[in-house]
Amino acid sequence: MLTDAHAPLAGTLVYFSTKSGNTHRFVEKLGLEARRLPIGRDEPTPRIEAPYVLITPTYGGGGARGAVPIQVIRFLNDEHNRHLIRGVIAAGNTNFGEAYGLAGRIIAQKCQVPLLYRFELLGTDDDVARVRKGVEEFWKRQT
Amino acid sequence: MTTTQRLSRVDAVNWNRLQDDKDLEVWNRLTSNFWLPEKVPLSNDIQSWNTLTQQEKQLTIRVFTGLTLLDTIQSSVGAPVLMEDARTPHEEAVYTNIAFMESVHARSYSSIFSTLCTTRDVDDAFRWSEENPTLQAKSELILERYRSEDPLMRKVASVFLESFLFYSGFYLPMYWSSHAKLTNTADLIRLIIRDEAVHGYYIGYKFQQALNEATPERRQQVKDYAYELLLELYDNEVRYTESLYDAVGLTEDVKKFLHYNANKALMNLGFEPLFPSSVTDVDPTIMAALSPSADENHDFFSGSGSSYVIGKAVATEDDDWAF
Repeated sequence: MLTDAHAPLAGTLVYFSTKSGNTHRFVEKLGLEARRLPIGRDEPTPRIEAPYVLITPTYGGGGARGAVPIQVIRFLNDEHNRHLIRGVIAAGNTNFGEAYGLAGRIIAQKCQVPLLYRFELLGTDDDVARVRKGVEEFWKRQT
Repeated sequence: MTTTQRLSRVDAVNWNRLQDDKDLEVWNRLTSNFWLPEKVPLSNDIQSWNTLTQQEKQLTIRVFTGLTLLDTIQSSVGAPVLMEDARTPHEEAVYTNIAFMESVHARSYSSIFSTLCTTRDVDDAFRWSEENPTLQAKSELILERYRSEDPLMRKVASVFLESFLFYSGFYLPMYWSSHAKLTNTADLIRLIIRDEAVHGYYIGYKFQQALNEATPERRQQVKDYAYELLLELYDNEVRYTESLYDAVGLTEDVKKFLHYNANKALMNLGFEPLFPSSVTDVDPTIMAALSPSADENHDFFSGSGSSYVIGKAVATEDDDWAF
């Protein structure tokens, strides 16, 4: 339930993407309103004003340590931002075995929100279509 | 850059002054993933190996010999030519790691052989690899690009090797693993698969950086070359796959695995996938052998919405992650 009566009905997307730009390309293909977290580790983390779904790549290709990008951790360490997260979508690569999309599982567990979807690299056309439709319906159900 | 220019001057590499953060990120990732075949208890597979038919054993040895050839190419030719085109001294250092790990991979197959197989069967397979036309053709298609003076096409060929050509071979240990056979061998192969993903990602990233600086005409030309090379490799890969897997009836599913991985290779280069999902639907048991959680329902959107996964508890160690 939204705590702010004036908050917009639909939520937004917040995402992180490194210089490689894979997640950025995926979000571009979605064509939905989205806010990118800064890449620089020293840049201030933004404050989000509406409920959002977070899209993040998974780092590491190994254990849990370092799987969630530090910029995403910093963003979620802000209690205000954390309280507005409603779901998470993770990018990854099945080559990493158990660790495929691990950042999504860690965030889902820590923030107690659903892991909505996982995709690999830039995402296929099917991934884009499923996430676009899924996110739109997800916000309808939230209101 | 010519060899003479390269040898004329070398500056000490300073890891505290980076031109590209990605070099350090990937260096850290690769070094933390370091492993050696000795850490995998391959001898636990001896009993399982003895349950395979002679035909299945021959197939397995041949597949691993083919993979050994690709690792050898990447270690002794691929990574060194990429080093010549490196944009930063740190990138060169990353390629030294890639070159060495490819040698570890090549060496691992011999560890599997010495643990499980007879010398005679292995010698036969190496002879087969030297004479097999489709295996030699894929080697030549890649080496031709490595010998060219075109840094962009060298990277394209390298990503196709790392992210596409290995997979006709990787399929088999995943198949055995899904049938509870050669499971330790599969564990070793998964370590290789993990490494190749980082290699393909990094070389693809460096490719995209260089491509972004090219003229629009040149960009289009390279893209056309890339798709052309992929299709040429794909046609050959299909023949290679048929020659190996027809006898055990797995060819059609291996082809799906090829399509799936060809798409990922293209994505590593920043290009759109080529094969539609109707031909990338790899057997779920193979996908589960590759990524154990891949079969869990993480598609909340297509589900009822009531049975979604919040994720298993995972211990994290990052200090500033405590809420």
